[in-house]
Amino acid sequence: MTSPAVEAVGLSKRFGTREVLKGIDLRIAPGRVTGLVGPNAAGKSTLIKIVLGLVRADLGRLAVHGETLNGKVDYRRAIGYMPQAAKFPENLTGREVLRMLQDLRGADGGLDEELIEQFRLEPELDKPIRTLSGGTRQKLSAATTFLFRPSLLILDEPTAGLDPVASGIFKDKVRRAREAGATVLLASHTLSELEELADDIVFLLEGRVRFHGPLASLIELTGLANLERAVASLMRENGA
Amino acid sequence: MSTAAKVVRFQLHDLVRNRWLLGYTIVLLGLTSALLWLGGGGERAIVSLLDVVLILVPLASVMFGTLYLYNAREFIELLLAQPVGRPAMFAGLYVGLTAPLVCGFGLGIGLPLLISSVTVSIPVRALIILLATGILLTLIFTAVAFLLALRFEDRARGLGAALAVWLAFAVLYDGLVLLVVLAFGDYPLESPLLVLTLLNPVDLGRVLLLLQFDIAALMGYTGAVFQRFFGDALGMATATVALLIWVVLPLTIGLRWFRRRDF
Repeated sequence: MTSPAVEAVGLSKRFGTREVLKGIDLRIAPGRVTGLVGPNAAGKSTLIKIVLGLVRADLGRLAVHGETLNGKVDYRRAIGYMPQAAKFPENLTGREVLRMLQDLRGADGGLDEELIEQFRLEPELDKPIRTLSGGTRQKLSAATTFLFRPSLLILDEPTAGLDPVASGIFKDKVRRAREAGATVLLASHTLSELEELADDIVFLLEGRVRFHGPLASLIELTGLANLERAVASLMRENGA
Repeated sequence: MSTAAKVVRFQLHDLVRNRWLLGYTIVLLGLTSALLWLGGGGERAIVSLLDVVLILVPLASVMFGTLYLYNAREFIELLLAQPVGRPAMFAGLYVGLTAPLVCGFGLGIGLPLLISSVTVSIPVRALIILLATGILLTLIFTAVAFLLALRFEDRARGLGAALAVWLAFAVLYDGLVLLVVLAFGDYPLESPLLVLTLLNPVDLGRVLLLLQFDIAALMGYTGAVFQRFFGDALGMATATVALLIWVVLPLTIGLRWFRRRDF
């Protein structure tokens, strides 16, 4: 069996008195799209931030591509991260942001500028970020996420700020990345989007994994017609 | 190029277009030119400039620094999600923030002085101390800004704390020292006052510069004590070391916090 793209063992984290993750065990299979669902404050963002090294776990172990993190930074070369709301320095232009990221990461594998083209970002790239609309910034953020052909994509509510056309383009891009072998970790409240894209579902509730398996088996398990009803039923069962 | 240097480079790209920073430079330019024009240059101009440096530089550094760090939060997060280590990020942020502030200060104070030095004589030693004090105060109060922005999650609280720090060091401290002198006037106060001065970088800057002029004699008995202490090489060295500790200490604590922080 190939090693998991992300492996968490007994991962725990508390912020002050609030226990956000309560011993998470998880193996994210490589080359698949895993949807991360759960109500607000279930621990999705914290889990993502631990994978990125932005938050340190109190207990437990986390490995990305078989390498335990322990304060290492180089593993992030393989990661493309799209936060919920990207904020770039206001006075820089989009092109300067792209150049900066390129500078920091190197671009040995060649750049993937497909989204810049499809979102028609080219004419926006020379304007200061502060003059760009929220949607355009989100498109820029999406473009930077795929720019370095990452093998692990971490997307946190990626389509929240995108219009339907852009959202469609984005989802197609995720599909193509998966076909090319990338692993995708997708946190989203938009269940229809997960239904479209996800192979597997991880359902988090109050800091614990309540379900992890193929999307189809979740729907089958609950005997309900779609993901939305299945997730709602899981939440009811667990008293959320 | 090191990772820290790359972070610095892009911060400079951002900050040279920052309006606050431009405003800071223009205000310093205006004030310095006005003081030179009104005061006629020479020692008196430098002494008047001292107050500008001691009040404005800490205020601008601590407020601008704190504000910048709160505004850059998401961006710091984004960079830390890249293959960028935390010490490199911290160093890059600090240098990238202090370098434009130091340049703004140097330009705002230095340019008018340079121009006026053609016609009037400027005491070089005093000028060097003035510039060095301004640069060190920039480094110190930006480091303090890092501490505050890391300590307070809430932006309004952090900015409030920054204002309080400035008030305490640049305005209230002297009043407190005066109270101490009044309350304990019957006791020998030279050593406690020396220590109190070493504990406040703003006071330290003031004493260092005033001692370059004859007016130190006007500061009475304490002035004489200061003159004896700071006037010789050992005193100057002590003061410089104290100021450097004021730079290094907050930075060391800041780096510790930055490494452990959850973003």
